[in-house]
Amino acid sequence: MSLKALVAVKRVCDYAVKIRVRPDKTGVELGNVKMSMNPFCEIACEEAVRMREKGMIKEVVALSVGPKACQETLRTALAMGADRGVLVETDLRGDTDLQPLCVSKVLAAICKKENPLVVLLGKQAIDSDNGQVAQMLAAMMKWSLGTFASKITLSQDKKFVIVQREVDNGVQTIKCSLPSVLSTDLRLNEPRFATLPNIMKARKKTIEVIPIASLGIDPKPHMKILSVEEPAARKAGVKVESVQQLVDILKQKGFVKA
Amino acid sequence: TKCLVLADHDNKQSSDSTFACITAASKLGKDCTVLVTGKNCGSVAEQLSKIKGVSKVVVAEHDALENGLTENVSSVMVELQEANKYTHIMAGATSFTKNVIPHMAVKYDVQPISEIVGVQSEDTFQRLLYAGNAVCNVQSTDALKVMTVRTTAFDKAQPGPSAAPIEKMTPKTVDAGVSSFESAEVRKSERPSLTSAAVVVSGGRALKSKDGFKIIYDLADKLQGAVGATRAAVDAGYVGNDLQVGQTGKVVAPELYLAVGISGAIQHIAGMKDSKTIVAINKDAEAPIFSVADYGLVADLFKVVPELIAALPTPKSP
Repeated sequence: MSLKALVAVKRVCDYAVKIRVRPDKTGVELGNVKMSMNPFCEIACEEAVRMREKGMIKEVVALSVGPKACQETLRTALAMGADRGVLVETDLRGDTDLQPLCVSKVLAAICKKENPLVVLLGKQAIDSDNGQVAQMLAAMMKWSLGTFASKITLSQDKKFVIVQREVDNGVQTIKCSLPSVLSTDLRLNEPRFATLPNIMKARKKTIEVIPIASLGIDPKPHMKILSVEEPAARKAGVKVESVQQLVDILKQKGFVKA
Repeated sequence: TKCLVLADHDNKQSSDSTFACITAASKLGKDCTVLVTGKNCGSVAEQLSKIKGVSKVVVAEHDALENGLTENVSSVMVELQEANKYTHIMAGATSFTKNVIPHMAVKYDVQPISEIVGVQSEDTFQRLLYAGNAVCNVQSTDALKVMTVRTTAFDKAQPGPSAAPIEKMTPKTVDAGVSSFESAEVRKSERPSLTSAAVVVSGGRALKSKDGFKIIYDLADKLQGAVGATRAAVDAGYVGNDLQVGQTGKVVAPELYLAVGISGAIQHIAGMKDSKTIVAINKDAEAPIFSVADYGLVADLFKVVPELIAALPTPKSP
C-alpha cells in the first residue's frame, strides 16, 4: 500500500444539456453536445486533492475509461490538482455500452498496479445512472466500501477511514479498513474551479494511455441495449387564477376531505 | 424462474420498496423467496410471509447483520445463491440494496441492471437513462439476472390469503471484517414517509431560509402529506438530505405532488414526474416546472401559500 489516492473520472454529457433521443432509437445524440466531467466525479477529485493538501496522502492519480477525448476530462482533473492521469482507452459509448462491470475490472487492474490507500469515485454518473462501480470494485478487491459519503476522515495511523453516509432515513457513520473504496455524495465538498495558471500547469502533467485490451479485459457489454426511446411526455396542464380555484380542484380530486 | 428478493427494512418492518419488488418478481414467475437479514427482525419476516406472491421467507439474524453493512450481507446472499441457484436476484432500490446488489453480483461476473421500471420478459427489462429523459430497453446476457427495482414503477404487493413458510438460515460467515458500524442519526417524523405518502409537498430555494420552509410543513400538515425538497434547498441547509427529491435523491410518485417555489431543474423533475397529479406554485410563469404540472398557479408563494393553508380545513386526527 502506498500513500496514493486513485480517482475515477467520467466524461459525460454536461448536466445543463437537454438531451435528445435519436429518432432511430439507437441512443442519445452526443454529436456537438457539450461534454464535461460528471459532477460527482468532480467532488471525488476535490476530496482527493484536499487529502493531499492536508498531507494525508502523497499523490493523486486520476483515471478515466473511454475514448481519446477523455483526456480532456483528465486534464480538468489535473488542473484541479491531480498529479498524473491514466486513460484506459476504449471506443465503447460511456452512456450505454461501456458498463460498470467492465469499468470496475479496469479499476481493479489499475488498483493492483498502483496500490492506492483510497479509491474515490462519484456515487453515480448522470448519463447512465447505474451507480454500481464503487460497489463492484470493492467486491473485486475485497476492500471495504463506503458509499454516498458526505464526510470522510482518514485516521492518522492510516489504518481506517470514518465515513459519514447519506442514507434513506438520515445519516449513517461507518468505519472502513484501508484500503477502501469510497463514493461521494453531493454534500461532501464544493469542487474548486481550475484557475488559468493551474490549467497551464496541467498541460505539463503526464497522461499514460493504456489500451483496454492490454489489461486482458473483455469490454463486451453483458447488458444488451435493444433500444433507447423518448419517455412518454406529460400532457400540458392548465393555469389556475386564484387560491380558491386551486382549493376547489383539490377538493374535487378528493385530496381535501370536507 | 426462481427469484430471490432481498428485503429492505429497519428490523421492525419492511420498507415499501420490498413490496414493490415482490410485484416485479411476480411478473417473472411464481417462485419467490424473500431474504431478510438483520437482528431481531422476526417481525419483518412474519410481515413478508403474509404477502401475496411470496413462496418462502429466509431469515438470517446476527449482530454483524443488524446495520446492513454491505460486505456482510453480500456474503450471506452469495451463500444462499450457492445453495439454491436462483435465476433472478432482485431488490427494491434503496440506499441499502444499491450497495449489496452490485457487490454480490461480482461473484458471478454479472452486470446488474439498476432500477428497472418495467419487466418485458425473463431477460428483458426497461430502465431509465439521463435522469429519466431516455427510456432504455435492455437484455441481460448473463445466466443469472441481478437487478434493483425502482419502487415507484410497481404497485405494492398486498397481503394474501395464506402465509409462506419462514426458514432460519445460519450463514457460515457473517462478518467480512472490513467495515463496522459506528452510529446512525435517524430522522424521525410524525408525518408519513416521503416515498410512501399519498401527498407530497415540496419546497425549493425560493423559501429562502429554514424558517421560510415552515409554511411547507404547515401545508403538508393540512394535506396530511410528507415534506420534500429540491437539491438546492437541501444544499442551502433548509432541510435534511433525507428529504431530497430528484435524480440523485429520492424518487417519489404520490397521488398529489405540490411543488412550491420550485423552478423545475431536470434532476428534480426526474424524481417526481411520475406523480399522478402535479400542482406547481411559482412566481415565474416561464419556470420549467409548469411544463410537467397539471395545475399551475403563478404567484408569490409567501402570499398564496398562507392563503391556501387558511383555506384548507384542518384534518381530523385519526
